[in-house]
Amino acid sequence: MQTTKKASLILDDGTVFVGKSFGYEKPVAGEVVFNTAMMGYPESLTDPSYSGQILVTTYPLIGNYGVPRREEVNGLSRFYESEKIHVEALVVSDYSFEYSHWNAAKSLADWLKEEEIVGIYDIDTRELTKRLREHGSMKGKIVIEGGDDIEFVDPNLTNLVAKVSCKEVIRYGNGDKKVVLVDCGVKHNIIRCLLKRNVTVIRVPWDYDFNTLEYDGLFISNGPGDPDMCGITVDHIRQAMNGTKPIFGICMGNQLLSKAGGARTYKLKYGHRSHNQPVRQVGTNRCFITSQNHGFAVDNSTLGADWEPLFINMNDGTNEGIRHKSKPYFSAQFHPEAASGPTDTEFLFDEFVKLL
Amino acid sequence: MNQEEIKKIKKVLLLGSGALKIGEAGEFDYSGSQALKALKEEGITTVLINPNIATVQTSEGVADKIYFLPVTPYFVERVIQKEQPDGILLAFGGQTALNCGVQLYQAGTLEKYNVKVLGTPVQAIMDTEDRELFVKKLDEIDVKTIKSEAVNSIEDAVQAAAELGYPIIIRAAYALGGLGSGFCDNEEELRLKAEKALSFSPQILVEKSLKGWKEIEYEVVRDRYDNCITVCNMENFDPLGIHTGESIVVAPSQTLTNSEYHKLRELAIRIIRHIGIVGECNVQYAFDPKSEDYRVIEVNARLSRSSALASKATGYPLAFVAAKLGLGYGLFDLKNSVTKETSAFFEPALDYIVCKIPRWDLGKFQGVDRELGSSMKSVGEVMAIGRTFEEAIQKGLRMIGQGMHGFVENKELVIPNIDKSLHEPTDKRIFVISKAMRAGYTVDQIHELTKIDCWFLQKLMNIVRTAHDLEELDESITRAENPQEYYDLMRRAKIQGFSDFQIARAIWKEKMEDCHMQWVRQFRKSLGIVPVVKQIDTLAAEYPAQTNYLYLTYSGIANDVKYLGDHKSIVVLGSGAYRIGSSVEFDWCGVQALNTIRKEGYRSVMINYNPETVSTDYDMCDRLYFDELTFERVMDILELENPHGVILSTGGQIPNNLATRLDEQHVSILGTTADSIDHAEDRHKFSSMLDSLGIDQPRWRELTSLADIYDFVKEVGYPVLVRPSYVLSGAAMNVCSNNAELEQFLQLAANVSKKHPVVVSEFIQHAKEIEMDAVARNGEIIIYAISEHIEFAGVHSGDATIQFPPQKLYVETVRRIKKVAGQIAQALNISGPFNIQFLAKNNDIKVIECNLRASRSFPFVSKVLKINFIELATKVMMGLPVEKPGKNEFDLDYVGIKASQFSFSRLQKADPVLGVDMASTGEVGCLGLDTSEAILKAMLSVGYQIPKKNILLSTGSAKQKADMLEAAQLLHEKGYSLFATGGTHQFLTDNGIPAVKVYWPSESDHEPQALEMLHNKQIDLVVNIPKNLTQKELDNGYKIRRAAIDFNIPLITNARLASAFIEAFCSLNIDDIQIKSWDEYK
Repeated sequence: MQTTKKASLILDDGTVFVGKSFGYEKPVAGEVVFNTAMMGYPESLTDPSYSGQILVTTYPLIGNYGVPRREEVNGLSRFYESEKIHVEALVVSDYSFEYSHWNAAKSLADWLKEEEIVGIYDIDTRELTKRLREHGSMKGKIVIEGGDDIEFVDPNLTNLVAKVSCKEVIRYGNGDKKVVLVDCGVKHNIIRCLLKRNVTVIRVPWDYDFNTLEYDGLFISNGPGDPDMCGITVDHIRQAMNGTKPIFGICMGNQLLSKAGGARTYKLKYGHRSHNQPVRQVGTNRCFITSQNHGFAVDNSTLGADWEPLFINMNDGTNEGIRHKSKPYFSAQFHPEAASGPTDTEFLFDEFVKLL
Repeated sequence: MNQEEIKKIKKVLLLGSGALKIGEAGEFDYSGSQALKALKEEGITTVLINPNIATVQTSEGVADKIYFLPVTPYFVERVIQKEQPDGILLAFGGQTALNCGVQLYQAGTLEKYNVKVLGTPVQAIMDTEDRELFVKKLDEIDVKTIKSEAVNSIEDAVQAAAELGYPIIIRAAYALGGLGSGFCDNEEELRLKAEKALSFSPQILVEKSLKGWKEIEYEVVRDRYDNCITVCNMENFDPLGIHTGESIVVAPSQTLTNSEYHKLRELAIRIIRHIGIVGECNVQYAFDPKSEDYRVIEVNARLSRSSALASKATGYPLAFVAAKLGLGYGLFDLKNSVTKETSAFFEPALDYIVCKIPRWDLGKFQGVDRELGSSMKSVGEVMAIGRTFEEAIQKGLRMIGQGMHGFVENKELVIPNIDKSLHEPTDKRIFVISKAMRAGYTVDQIHELTKIDCWFLQKLMNIVRTAHDLEELDESITRAENPQEYYDLMRRAKIQGFSDFQIARAIWKEKMEDCHMQWVRQFRKSLGIVPVVKQIDTLAAEYPAQTNYLYLTYSGIANDVKYLGDHKSIVVLGSGAYRIGSSVEFDWCGVQALNTIRKEGYRSVMINYNPETVSTDYDMCDRLYFDELTFERVMDILELENPHGVILSTGGQIPNNLATRLDEQHVSILGTTADSIDHAEDRHKFSSMLDSLGIDQPRWRELTSLADIYDFVKEVGYPVLVRPSYVLSGAAMNVCSNNAELEQFLQLAANVSKKHPVVVSEFIQHAKEIEMDAVARNGEIIIYAISEHIEFAGVHSGDATIQFPPQKLYVETVRRIKKVAGQIAQALNISGPFNIQFLAKNNDIKVIECNLRASRSFPFVSKVLKINFIELATKVMMGLPVEKPGKNEFDLDYVGIKASQFSFSRLQKADPVLGVDMASTGEVGCLGLDTSEAILKAMLSVGYQIPKKNILLSTGSAKQKADMLEAAQLLHEKGYSLFATGGTHQFLTDNGIPAVKVYWPSESDHEPQALEMLHNKQIDLVVNIPKNLTQKELDNGYKIRRAAIDFNIPLITNARLASAFIEAFCSLNIDDIQIKSWDEYK
């Protein structure tokens, strides 16, 4: 059996969960959120939308299939969703010290240590999840036995998008049509999904004034934290909406497009983070299982007269996407690019590319 | 529009799956019951055809009309004629119902009577069932299937195999759970297996074998609006090559990455859409362990064993939802049955792992092939829930109930060749892995031999490591000054699913006694190591759920539920894994007890772990603990639950065996006391009680030496019934007719000694066997049912054909039985259900056995008599007033026959002969105006057919030949052609009955050969009565019997049953059979 140090997860309501460390050993603080997906930990850990967060997996057995090797193809990670792990820490119930998979290069523990990310196991993640569900997402910190303490932090008070966005313009592919991708913390699979449809992707930083560029369509990516931090991006989108070029947004992109259209966003009690969120296309009998990762949502009732909800969450009725009534603008709160999660809604990329 | 269409459907016919058999068991009682519930909610009148009288679905109030009739096109058509239903559901009764439905469709019957198939269209079913159509269909959407050739002859099969290259696998088309399929490494094997497969089906499929690939399944749901979800995926622990029904299975998959999981999920949805399923189906994949390559193995366009497992594993009621979708609902119209708030259009998120383990009973069959392969042999299964794989599998290995305590700390297995036993899997392989790990095999070595994914093996190795650490301890731990230093190890062991027993055995080793287990329990509790109760809520705690579906785990710090401590709950212990001797009938008993408890204003609590059951449907009770029925776990639950009391008597032998130990812990056992139970269970105590009451019993003695055995045999004479306390292999008891047989059988017993005594009883021949099922209160019988066996004593009561009410008992016999039963009830002060088995010869009554619990025949007699014995018994146990029912069995104007279903066709090489050990896997119960009508329905229900022309007779000893003379005469008069082996032929000729003489396999130079006639399908019914147990007779008889089974020709091996069946079909035509629903028998 492994010899591991004790590690405590302390919530800002004073609750302490004691477990053991299996990752990098350092004190860490962030917003504690849970995800109910049953697989896909390499994808989740590298999803920039988790920036600033301590991720709790409700599925207890983690690490089973190890971690694939780091490999880049045309400037994009082959198996990860970005260049690095973005979560502040990972909290699990039963970590698998040994792993087995043909495509694995190392264990999850080794990867966490390499990237200096904290991981703890032997936590009753169900009890923890119930607490987060009842109280809403909470600030939390992890302290390793014999190590230093740390202050609580609220990552939503900082501009996380600025932290994870690219710093300069990057071009991918050489399709006929050009899509400007506003990087609020984009997952690589979004870029892969666009490239697969033979477009050129011009990835720009979150605050870049893309209106100066020539393009056929605008894409606004996912990203971490509070959309209210991205006022500049919203201004740029609003400016773009003076024209008629197609706009497609995902997750944070949905929120920013909504804001540009005049709607408001609010923080959900504990967010949607899972692979099994049901959404219904408004006015149809078409339903989809979606992958989600968001803590904020668009307030349907604040949508402007030109806008309507495109998708609604079938569990809690929250907004899952909007569309403009006359112009080719639409967005999804969920992740049509999946990775990780179900691929039911990848067709939205087709619809976007068709509009270009 | 949708709602209107739904409203048009007023009456729906549902086909059940008939008797439980290997490959088709209790899961279809669960799925059928769920479907009926879904229809009932809509105000639809439901008609059910299912001869399986022991099921919950055939209970009062579940369906509006119930027909205990064979699920065959002939009878279904007649029911349709009579009932005129608007719609029919084919997907809830397994392969039996599906095949029957396809035949009705193809014959135009459904169209003729304007019956609409609800749910998946029949064309879609045929597209999945016919291999060639299936491959073509999936080719259309570029989905890879296993390259396979459909052939109709052996020669074509050989040719196809040569092209594909060995090893290959062959399958029979349209077959239940892989019947008639197998792997072939060479042409010789292929020829043998192809011949057999062709006897089940006109078409066989030859495929390239993908042995060693992972096997993954998805349960997929689609509504008519094309919305799809995958409710659950599952991964087989055993790689491809072992039928999924024979595999240990986990859910969700453990070794798939996100991209692999979703690749297969997306394919599953693409397939279900293209085929056009409306409702539920199951997609099975072979998946390359070294890439993302895959093949679709098959699609089951119906509810299946896997879907029942998936429902229990996730809390998502697949059958219920599928029935609603069949009516025309969209998934978005339905609510999640657990949360009641969120949508049914979602995919469950599990925050635990489940592990299914099959239960085999191969030890019950003489000569059976123990190797596992592509055809199913297991008779039941368990599902264990945990938050580590180690916990789930160790729980599961205890649950299968074959004396194992988990993965380690079991009785040492004797495995002569570990490599071979790893490579060629049998029912014991998981324990061979344990042994190999102990013997120093590495994970990689075991992986090489088994192809089991290393992840599973690594986890198992964790268990072995912990066992080693525990074994470092010794009894000095009881004097430890600082117990806290053992905290980590004890907690780790419990998180890995070690029971208190296993820990005690690791510490005390051979010296371990029961009290040490108690010590471990106290010790770990003093360290604060106790399990917590978690809910199964379908959404991994994301939404609040008022779910009552629970399990216990050591990976946790808090309970999900609150305990009121008001003593207003009553705990019912379930019956565990289905096995030979204990199956759906105890599920029925458990459910009736739960219903009664609820009705009387108490909260009902069930503990059980069998995913095939209705009692483990969380709707059936106020709290369901899907967990072990070990003393340890039951005590864990009782300590939390603090109930009014516990009911042990409706779950068969497993709960009964806990009586004494629970009583020692001052648990309030409702009904008959533990002391009384002990007096009935303990052979010596029971015997001396009978002696003191002056009740007769067959003479018996417990003996410890061969000399003593011979002395006793001298006293009582042969034959004798011999029950060693421990046997190495084969049957646990046997009848011996002479010294040679006795010695031969005792050789199988490890040894005869003081430690391992042998019980020898006088065996009374040509005696009637009679059963009494009854309920008593404070020793007074409230209600009873006396039934008689058609066969003479010597056929296990679970295999016998039972007639109720009895038609051929002397009044005197009945009177004596009532008197004796009354005396026993009083002496044991019975309060609750009980069963006594009697022998009757002339009017002498002897008691063979008494069980102070419900018996297998409780649902049968309750339904025939229309008095719910368990409801009465439960009320008695709860101390509520009950009235003696005014009616008794002698008022009935009809007869019930319970007949047994055998699954010998799946048990390769097993001798299909009946004896003192039970061999049947299921039963039916049919009603008729007289014995003949009832027996004909019952025999047709368990797969017999009225023979067309040729009947082969070998009718055993002189006495048996004489017994069958009248039947032979009837056959002759009815125009049947009789074929008979030597002695039987002589006897028939002597008595003026013409017959063609055929020759035994040992008379190989004579023609015609009986075996050849069977091969050529020239025989429609085989009656083969074993004369005695001499080796040659067995060889000859065995070959004939086995050939009958392998070529799917009806076989009867008992003279009394054969006579009754022959009399029935000679005196009645099939059209004479009345189509009457249960409620029409008054």
